[in-house]
Amino acid sequence: MVSEGGTGVGRRERDVDVLVVGAGPAGLTVAEHLAAADCGTVEVLEREPQAGGAPRFCHHGGFGTPWTSGPRFAARRLRAATDAGAVVRTSVTVTDLPAPRTVDVTGPDGLERITARAVVLATGARERPRAARLVPGTRPAGIHTTGELQQAVHLYGRYIGRRAVVVGAEPVAYAALETLHHAGVAVVAQLTELDRPQVPPLRAADARLRRTVPLLTRTMLTEVLGRGRLTGVRVRHADGRTAQLPCDTLVFTGDFVPEAELARSGGVCLDRATRGPLVDTEFRTDVPRVFAVGNVLHAVETAATAAAEGHAAAVAVRRLLAHENREGRAAAEPAGPRLVVAPPLRWITPGRLPCDARADDSLRFLVRAAEPLSVRPTLTVTQDGRTLHSERLRGPVRTGNSLELQGHWVRNVNADGGPVHITTGTGGR
Amino acid sequence: MTAQPPEGPTPVHAKRPVRGEGPVRAKAPAPLPAPDPESALAPRAAALPTPSMPGDVTRYGPLQDARPYDVVVVGAGVVGAAIARELARHRQLRIALVEAAGDVGDGTSKANTAILHTGFDATPGTLEARLVREGHRLLSAYAAECGIPVEPVGALLVAWDEEQLAALPGLAAKADRNGYDAARLIDADELYAREPHLGPGALGALAVPDESIVCPFTTPLAYATQAVRAGVDLHLNARVLSVSWDPGATGHTLHTGRGPLHARWLVNAAGLHADAVDRMLGRDTFTVTPRRGQLVVFDKPARDLVQHILLPVPTALGKGVLVAPTVFGNVLLGPTAEDLDDKTATHSTEEGLAALRAQGEKILPELLEEEVTTVYAGLRAATDEEDYRIDSWAERRSVTVGGIRSTGLTASLAIAAHVTGLLAEAGLDLGAPTSLPPVHMPNLGERFPRPYQNPERIAADPDYGRIVCHCERVTLGEIRDALASTVPPAGLEGLRRRTRARAGRCQGFHCGAGLRELLDGELSRQGGELRSW
Repeated sequence: MVSEGGTGVGRRERDVDVLVVGAGPAGLTVAEHLAAADCGTVEVLEREPQAGGAPRFCHHGGFGTPWTSGPRFAARRLRAATDAGAVVRTSVTVTDLPAPRTVDVTGPDGLERITARAVVLATGARERPRAARLVPGTRPAGIHTTGELQQAVHLYGRYIGRRAVVVGAEPVAYAALETLHHAGVAVVAQLTELDRPQVPPLRAADARLRRTVPLLTRTMLTEVLGRGRLTGVRVRHADGRTAQLPCDTLVFTGDFVPEAELARSGGVCLDRATRGPLVDTEFRTDVPRVFAVGNVLHAVETAATAAAEGHAAAVAVRRLLAHENREGRAAAEPAGPRLVVAPPLRWITPGRLPCDARADDSLRFLVRAAEPLSVRPTLTVTQDGRTLHSERLRGPVRTGNSLELQGHWVRNVNADGGPVHITTGTGGR
Repeated sequence: MTAQPPEGPTPVHAKRPVRGEGPVRAKAPAPLPAPDPESALAPRAAALPTPSMPGDVTRYGPLQDARPYDVVVVGAGVVGAAIARELARHRQLRIALVEAAGDVGDGTSKANTAILHTGFDATPGTLEARLVREGHRLLSAYAAECGIPVEPVGALLVAWDEEQLAALPGLAAKADRNGYDAARLIDADELYAREPHLGPGALGALAVPDESIVCPFTTPLAYATQAVRAGVDLHLNARVLSVSWDPGATGHTLHTGRGPLHARWLVNAAGLHADAVDRMLGRDTFTVTPRRGQLVVFDKPARDLVQHILLPVPTALGKGVLVAPTVFGNVLLGPTAEDLDDKTATHSTEEGLAALRAQGEKILPELLEEEVTTVYAGLRAATDEEDYRIDSWAERRSVTVGGIRSTGLTASLAIAAHVTGLLAEAGLDLGAPTSLPPVHMPNLGERFPRPYQNPERIAADPDYGRIVCHCERVTLGEIRDALASTVPPAGLEGLRRRTRARAGRCQGFHCGAGLRELLDGELSRQGGELRSW
């Protein structure tokens, strides 16, 4: 297995008990709880020079509590993991999953092949950049995603520009507005193709009134203008009206996709709806002993949600390791029924049930809608024509956040039955 | 490991700075970065044969050197750079390569389909047919020598209807007439066996096994690097505004945006602007009509969907679009073909992208489910004639290379040899040719070893193990090499073409801010121009 080079330098082979890929909120929390539970050597690999994940450059509150900022949250999660005994390594990149439980790593210290009893993928998500959204026009400088903008402003204090247009009205768009304000960039307009913002009314009103950012709803970006530096954008309203907005900065926000390329290259089956790994309620992918957790499953939820999932996934990994210690081998993991949503719902995660589904009180599913739902929609869970559960949700459903579906109905599922369908009763707006 | 060092830190020459702005710059020239003593490659780099002084690479400041050049090549695209390289064999000539943009290969050369053609479908008997055929052979050999990534994946001309199917035997016969006899017809079963993800409805194909994919960015850079190392001066950001002719004195005076240049001989390789430069010389024989090609690049997971270059069968209704893998491991869909009159219209359009997606859906339906990493548009330099327009004008000591429409990358080395021959015929005394200093370019190809996979290189310099662009796995060591190279980048775009940094699926979401910071830091450390990227 060792690829020995001419000078005798090759790929170092090592074993650990648990290997976590990605030191964001989910990965660090998995590592913290496994290390604290004495699960042997727990190692976290982070490709960035600093651990912490995206919260490192999210200089706003709302990380766990309204007043906890991203960097602070990231620092806490990191300290908790290392205090518990996990090893967190930075500037090391997992380049491949050559075999189940085995990862290939590149870092300044050379190449490694690490084999673990369990591998947890916590690789996070990214925003779709301009090209992926197929926005036509020229290719000038001055175009960013929120992630790049926040790093440029909050990590490096770089100059951004003078007049910006912000695309999107998901929660992250409002974080981008704050970052632009902080960097002294005036926001000419905020666009969304939807007919309303994807945040609570108060948040939207605050941006519109206090920051005086006009929100253009049902408006799409049709062309990027300028050579060298961006000079403006063309937009079109759903009713056909067009306008040209002069600006030197354009920020594409939201439209997150899971950073799932590593999982995919390792043969992990992806969920077509979430575009992240398909996992069961134990966070197991279809590759034995490979787990996935956090925003790589569902782009994106809050850091607190990712961390909570990390906690739950740690329990599942522990269960696997304990079973293995007891029986001398890991338990077989026959797959149970798939969970399937119908429009206007977009996805549900976890997307699969194990045949030995546990319905403890903490079990939660996340469901995302493709369009806003009426004030109090009803969610119905059925299998083979049998209604397992029906609940009327407490509030309206926006597309920028998921709704939580409690999992106590799982005990009524027939493990050998057909797919479990989740539908929304009222459906309308 | 390769025998030669990659195109990295250049050997030190005491007298003239390789990077920097040449001896005429007002500011003191930048000190040359010393080769990293820890780099395993440094000793070998220093041992390179350097029979002559390298030329200057200048980007800013007035061109005040009054000494005339023997030859000035206008246009540092893939063709102009190839010509400068070919002429550089003749060490007695003093040569300059002049470019309007801030980098080599910054026009049409950076926005093509990146295919190394066999010329099987050229019009037999044309100059283009001959030069593409020769160019394919020359560039294949050159690429192997210089480390330019090439993958001989082969092409399949897929017939989607009876008319196209009926056209295939004629195309095979045409390939024969072009001296290419390896093309053969395959039926639908074999086609689907070779391309299982192909959309339904294909009836058969013509297989052209020697069509290859090549790195379009490394090729002109390799030419320019070799030319500069052999003594050619490269003046960037120097748009030619007018040319005056004085048969008594040197001959040509090129008035550029950075001041005058004097030249005994002039080669017009200005691509899209070759007609304008020709008119400056007092000749009006053709007009360049920019033909825009928009292309969509899909992310690397799409690479498994396609094994060959899937070419359309040209019919009376026009050319369709192709689907092709790239050497970087992406998949390309395009190009459109739109005749325009604006030579700056390199923007993509809503209609163009929609049309490409509609065609792509038919050819390779699963492709459209993959993420798009880049959309770009290039302008082919078409003329009213379906052939190259390469003419010499002995009385005015000039050669014009026009109408290099879409095969310029493939034909570049053959065009260069042809132009050099024309110059000699017209009376330029070339002198004896010598060998060129070798170059070895950094590999950007996915199918060849990259530094992040190379334990020896990382052991010698840990920066080759520090990945700074995650999507494309570009290491800090490669960024530093690019910045210290013979023809360094002027900004993030140039760095992207040299290293792939920021060329991946995230387009800078993860690495963009850090890369800008790194670039500023490195450039100021090297004493270069600080620019706001």
